[in-house]
Amino acid sequence: MSLMAEIGQKAFNLGVPVAVHLDVTYRCNERCVHCYLDHDDHGEMTAAEIKGVLDQLAEAGVFFLSLSGGEVFMRRDFFEILEYARRLLFVVKIKTNAVMIGEAEARKLRALAIDTIQISVYSHRPAVHDAITKLPHSFERTIKAIKFLRDQGLRVNIANVLMTANYNDHLGVQKLAAELGVHYKLDPTITPMMDGDTSVLSLRVGREKLEEVFRNPALVPNQEEFCAPPKPPSKADLESYSCSAGHSFCYISPYGDVFPCVQFPLPSGNVRRQKFLDIWNHSPQLNEVRSVQIKDLPVCSSCSHASSCTRCPGLAYMEGSMRGPSTADCEKSFYRTGVPTANMERQGLSKPRSGLLQIQPVAISV
Amino acid sequence: MSEIYIARSSAIAARLLAGEMMVMNSADSTFFTLNEVATAIWQAADGRTPLREIVREKVCAQFEIEPAQAQSDAEQFVAELSSHGILLVADHPLTPEASR
Repeated sequence: MSLMAEIGQKAFNLGVPVAVHLDVTYRCNERCVHCYLDHDDHGEMTAAEIKGVLDQLAEAGVFFLSLSGGEVFMRRDFFEILEYARRLLFVVKIKTNAVMIGEAEARKLRALAIDTIQISVYSHRPAVHDAITKLPHSFERTIKAIKFLRDQGLRVNIANVLMTANYNDHLGVQKLAAELGVHYKLDPTITPMMDGDTSVLSLRVGREKLEEVFRNPALVPNQEEFCAPPKPPSKADLESYSCSAGHSFCYISPYGDVFPCVQFPLPSGNVRRQKFLDIWNHSPQLNEVRSVQIKDLPVCSSCSHASSCTRCPGLAYMEGSMRGPSTADCEKSFYRTGVPTANMERQGLSKPRSGLLQIQPVAISV
Repeated sequence: MSEIYIARSSAIAARLLAGEMMVMNSADSTFFTLNEVATAIWQAADGRTPLREIVREKVCAQFEIEPAQAQSDAEQFVAELSSHGILLVADHPLTPEASR
């Protein structure tokens, strides 16, 4: 186990929120076709409020801080927030479309020792990228920014969201990342809108494409292990938990709402009305999330995939129950291994019914 | 013998987790966890207090370590973190800007 993994496990066991994702705004200068956010500002936290939250997060033991949006640079005070976060010694990761990053901004980010900057690139073809972002010349501006950041020695990750509009371009983006000398990550996650609207899921990649991705050694290097039939779950597997949501990780919205995860919209408190640690320690919702072991899942505990499934309790929650199956992960397990899941068997299906197909990010090494 | 002054680099990230300090230098992706003694030295690295005084006040006074051994271990620890740019070392007090 790596030192980083040990730290993660230690924080999990101790119930320390070692990582937090904070969206500082939902406003954005792009209008990506697959985006799940409402971009109107319904009263986002001020810089002073965010600084107060950051003080509390540092006190609570948060080390890894992801700042995202919306587009973070839509906030004119974003650098003020960043500087404050770095003074509190967080490891800061920023998620951005980078179109507002010029050479001066790149220099400032370098001076602040930002850990990682994750930038969305949808295609190596400007017309395709711009059609997805609906912002003319966004490809050109984003790539220019990546070069500025790279030249400053900053760690840049290109996040390539996979959807029907750009499926055939992921190898092109991977090649582009290699040419730029930055990291590449394939992210096939399409999330329902925050208001529950699932129409954006029509942009999901189809079964054949998904199988193709899973079986492409250039994208999934450890083919044999990744696609192997599941091992029977052990006692330890059944007594484990689905993920770090609510255990060592949580999400805070621009309005101060606290959730177990950015993909788990269970309202658990609000930092404008409560202290963060009070929410973390005493929220009935977070305590409920923490209580659920694999053995407590009515369907999934009897599934042959129980030991290896990436079941997302947030997606399960969006389907109706945090203890239920996450159909998207059932489909992923099936397409990965060819072995039907308990959820499919209970519905008498030999193949998944076309439904909410959403899969977790797959980290790709290049 | 000249004094050694140590200060935390402004380029690092750090947080205490169950008594152990996690320290990361984003520039070269180095990641350390410091034990309790090293954490005490780290926390006292304000750029103004000589290392000898830090060892006497924060290490020997709080942990059962023989002074000569403590000083030797501290100098080794400082040299290692310094080589990764995590601690700044000088033979004169360091400015607050350097130790932010």
